Amino acid sequence: MQPTQGQIGALKALVFVAAVVPFGHLALSAIWFPDALGANPAEFITRSLGDWCLRFLLATLAVTPLRRATGWNWLLRLRRMLGLFAFFYAVVHFTSYVAFDHLFVVVEILKDIVKRPFITVGFSALLLLIPLAATSTNAMVRRLGAHRWRALHRLVYPIAMLGVLHFWWMVKRDVTEPAIYGVVLALLLAHRLVHAWREARSGRATGAHAVRPDGAGPEAQVPAPTQPAARAASGADSAALRSTDRSPA
Amino acid sequence: MLIKRPTDYLPSEITSETVYRRRREFVKAAAAGTILGATGGTARADDSGLRQLANVAASPLSTFEKPTADKYVTHYNNYYEFGTDKSDPVQHAGRLKTRPWTVAVEGECRKPRTFAIEELLKFPLQERVYRLRCVEAWSMVVPWIGFELGALLRQVEPTGNAKFVEFTTAYQPDAMIGVRLPVLDWPYVEGLRMDEAMHPLAILAVGLYGEVLPNQNGAPIRVVVPWKYGFKSAKSIVRIRLAGKQPSTAWEKASPREYGFYSNVNPNVDHPRWSQQRERRIPEFFARRDTVIFNGYGDQVAQLYAGMDLKKYF
Repeated sequence: MQPTQGQIGALKALVFVAAVVPFGHLALSAIWFPDALGANPAEFITRSLGDWCLRFLLATLAVTPLRRATGWNWLLRLRRMLGLFAFFYAVVHFTSYVAFDHLFVVVEILKDIVKRPFITVGFSALLLLIPLAATSTNAMVRRLGAHRWRALHRLVYPIAMLGVLHFWWMVKRDVTEPAIYGVVLALLLAHRLVHAWREARSGRATGAHAVRPDGAGPEAQVPAPTQPAARAASGADSAALRSTDRSPA
Repeated sequence: MLIKRPTDYLPSEITSETVYRRRREFVKAAAAGTILGATGGTARADDSGLRQLANVAASPLSTFEKPTADKYVTHYNNYYEFGTDKSDPVQHAGRLKTRPWTVAVEGECRKPRTFAIEELLKFPLQERVYRLRCVEAWSMVVPWIGFELGALLRQVEPTGNAKFVEFTTAYQPDAMIGVRLPVLDWPYVEGLRMDEAMHPLAILAVGLYGEVLPNQNGAPIRVVVPWKYGFKSAKSIVRIRLAGKQPSTAWEKASPREYGFYSNVNPNVDHPRWSQQRERRIPEFFARRDTVIFNGYGDQVAQLYAGMDLKKYF
């Protein structure tokens, strides 16, 4: 399955709109009908925004496993947007917390960050997301070079772990929900470990980053030869593209 | 203190007329399909629907602050036996069986006995409009109806050995979907020191907003101790035990570092999870109210803790 440029553009627009909907719903409800958000709308907003941040982080991390499973390499072209939405929701999540809980009082916020471990880890995750968002443009990929860019963007793994930990430590007793996020994240990360391990093994066996057994280099499947950055922008996993991507190792 | 600012609100407004208007709100909210309305109002203890409580006297111990709207008080509850989300109890507490209901009062007393709920409802009822401060840094103002806990305890004639009072919440696994998970050590147990329990502010509530207590608020009878964090006020109680030793309570067992036995509202004692400096009055957005020591009831209760290190005995 290889959609056309136009189809991918339309899909991107669709994903964009869908990703804005939760925020729009919260914002409009808060303004016009806070009761729709329950008795404690501020708490509901902060938590929902945090939930959406985690969901977008996991969605971003799901792109590579999904691509490998389906062979739909064009999925990579949605990843930057998913990652940026994770950042967006992290920022508005943090903003709603400093506004509603702390009325923007900086000293108080800093105290909270230092004193409460769940806030410390959440805030760390937010800080770590900043360089990733800042280097998400094609120009930045070029400036950094694909190799360094990929190395930097591997930060998304600890960020996602911190995010789940933040949620885990936030709940009082019932860890069911954070556990669900934790399991999904563990699976997504395990996939990468297994893949890397297979890579290493087949790398040893063939002595080099092998040409795919069917002879068609996966590079040929990257759908945007006219956009040199797109390949690099595919991030930490694009290295995988160069080697035995779906080899029956 | 929070009480200082006068409002245009009168205690007489909170019963009949408010109840009337509130029903209209329910209907409207339900029609709008909102979170607060969609569950179709509140689960009352009685199948006959909303039921007024008669002969309720006003009390000088009530605050003049404006009560939090009933739809919030009954749709935003921590009652973990029915789920850990605050919107869970209103959805699931309807299954709680509140009749027949008895409360055993036993332990260090001369006349232990079991009271049927019908007997307890015959105690002279008062409306007590109290501030409620949750340890999670939100607060409400709730027009409870009930009677003084001390009035019940005196009936069983506590002995000199009675230093503490332990409350046990009902355990109905068939009705309580939350107890399937070992979130807390069920049944829920809470406790007070004897002098705290005998304080006139400590009540057993049987009603709310002029009516029988909704299940999600702890029907048919619950403790209300307004100067302590909300979790100290055990819901749907079936046993009151007078004890010589300090009871081991549910939240203290779950996390002793976070939840002390006393758990008096105190902005100066920091909680590992929430700053207790300020609070959010439901349904406001901003946590802009300064939390007052003993939840603003210091004039009445501070002497109970004279000489005590409240940071140590948090």
